[in-house]
Amino acid sequence: MTTATAPTISLPDEPSLLARFRWAVSDTMVIARRNLIVWIRVPAYLVFTVIQPVLFVVMFRYVFGGAIKIPGSISYVDFLMPGIIGQTAAFATFATAIALAQELKKGVIDRLRSMPMARSAVLTGRLVADTGRMLVTILIVVAVGYGVGFRFHNGAVPAILMVVLATVFGLAICLIAAFTGLAIGDEESVQAFGLIWLFPLTFLSSAFVPIQSMPGWLQAFANNQPVTYVINTMRALAIGGPIEADLWKSIAWLAGIFIVFGPLAVRAYKRAS
Amino acid sequence: MTQDNSGPGILVEGLTKSFGDVHALRGIDLVVPRGTVLGVLGPNGAGKTTAVRILTTLLLPDKGRALVDGRDVVRQAAAVRRSIGLSGQSAAIQEELTGRENLELIGRLFHLSRPESRIRAAQLLEQFDLVDAAGRPAKTYSGGMQRRLDLAASLVGRPQVLFLDEPTTGLDPRSRLAMWDIIRSLAEGGTTLLLTTQYLDEADELADEIVVIDHGLVIAAGTAEELKSRVGGDVLEFTVPDRNRLSDAVNAIAIVGEGERHADKETGVVSVGVGGRGSDALIDAVRALDAGGVQTRGLALRRPSLDDVFLALTGHAAEEEEQNGKRRRGRRAKRDETKAKS
Repeated sequence: MTTATAPTISLPDEPSLLARFRWAVSDTMVIARRNLIVWIRVPAYLVFTVIQPVLFVVMFRYVFGGAIKIPGSISYVDFLMPGIIGQTAAFATFATAIALAQELKKGVIDRLRSMPMARSAVLTGRLVADTGRMLVTILIVVAVGYGVGFRFHNGAVPAILMVVLATVFGLAICLIAAFTGLAIGDEESVQAFGLIWLFPLTFLSSAFVPIQSMPGWLQAFANNQPVTYVINTMRALAIGGPIEADLWKSIAWLAGIFIVFGPLAVRAYKRAS
Repeated sequence: MTQDNSGPGILVEGLTKSFGDVHALRGIDLVVPRGTVLGVLGPNGAGKTTAVRILTTLLLPDKGRALVDGRDVVRQAAAVRRSIGLSGQSAAIQEELTGRENLELIGRLFHLSRPESRIRAAQLLEQFDLVDAAGRPAKTYSGGMQRRLDLAASLVGRPQVLFLDEPTTGLDPRSRLAMWDIIRSLAEGGTTLLLTTQYLDEADELADEIVVIDHGLVIAAGTAEELKSRVGGDVLEFTVPDRNRLSDAVNAIAIVGEGERHADKETGVVSVGVGGRGSDALIDAVRALDAGGVQTRGLALRRPSLDDVFLALTGHAAEEEEQNGKRRRGRRAKRDETKAKS
């Protein structure tokens, strides 16, 4: 009983690249479907991901909105909605990090890693499901926005592009969240950590107020961070205005996040224990 | 599949694994013939889970070699994953999904077609007595049912070799017995089984062979009977309410004991191995203690426990050590340490 067995079984061990790719896609969809079912069945997730952004819309529109002055002739609700949508996409990733940390703790990831499925599928399935979930949430927020007076002023195609950009932005944040969820591995810590970096990043940006209203030292940060670039681009797509500079900076930042955090998340998954 | 089925189900040679300066495994060897059950017995942190994680391809070993179903767990990990099942210490199921959905999901990930996974799920629900609960979310299940579902999930791919990491830890006695029945029937069905446990009686009930692991080393191997004979058979145990009479009590039972006598100064518990003498030893002990005028409480014979095996094998009690390196001692371990010293 020895090494002599190796050659005879090497054939079935190495399915063709195409077959492996097909299985990776199939496994990803199976995992994604499972994640979406869980999302729909857990009221807390639904509240966290749908009700919370709707509350933000209402609160900023009617509570803070009256006190916030926007330079020029733009109404606050038109200024606000791209910001809320971006923030919604970013905050939706809380659920990504928490779910992965939970699965890790409960041994679900161990079980899946001990099975002959595509190893990438747990991560890609999670990302596919969360992107879908994010898109649904964004569309709900847009609809609520329409209810409180928001309008796209720049035509249908830019409006669609804005939703696409918000989703891609959310996916990028999702990768960071997946990495933190797997690396930290404890639900409560993951949640606390998410607050520490996501809150400043979204609120110290152009999402809710004009940056000119902030003190100078804060403007320096707010003007030069990725969330501001992305929100400015989304805003330009939604209501018109100059777009070029912010668009390229957004693309560069998002590409950078994918390049850095994609491999980091995969590595954290492989090492997860 | 053209595969050598003559070798053992599991073969482990010189396996080592360290996490930083914590040496979880320090060179263990195991052989589990096909169709047999190996019980891996040891306290928390002995290295049981680390060994299981290496054998199920979740962790890479530092040194040594491990073959599962004739395949190398490092170089042929993908093939190994096709022939194993793993059921861990906690129920690795999706609580929001129903029992049936959980099993069908695993079936789909084993690349069964939709109808195939449905049939396989139905078979397993039947086999594990979960048909009535099949349509309910798993979070409404009792602890025992969740473990059964978890075990069922590990069998979806019809594994040749099954790993059960402490399958009954945390279960109530009735669920534990039900789990034993299931495991026994799996073994009868010809599955090669590696089972880790902290309980000697569990290994005794289920395993053909037992290895005892402590601090990452195999310190004893054999059948349950062989191990128990090293303890000195059954254990006579009683409490002396008056601590001042403890040494009198220990002296009084000198005539009944075959093994070493232990007395715990804190709790007043005295224990001694009595070999196969059973109730004769009990009667002798009662007479001797009565003659010595020592009052006792709860005088009884009991089967040897893991603690007794550890005392006999290592001279020290079962010591708990966490895998991440933090040392901690369980209440039981502490008590026995005092015992060992006295």
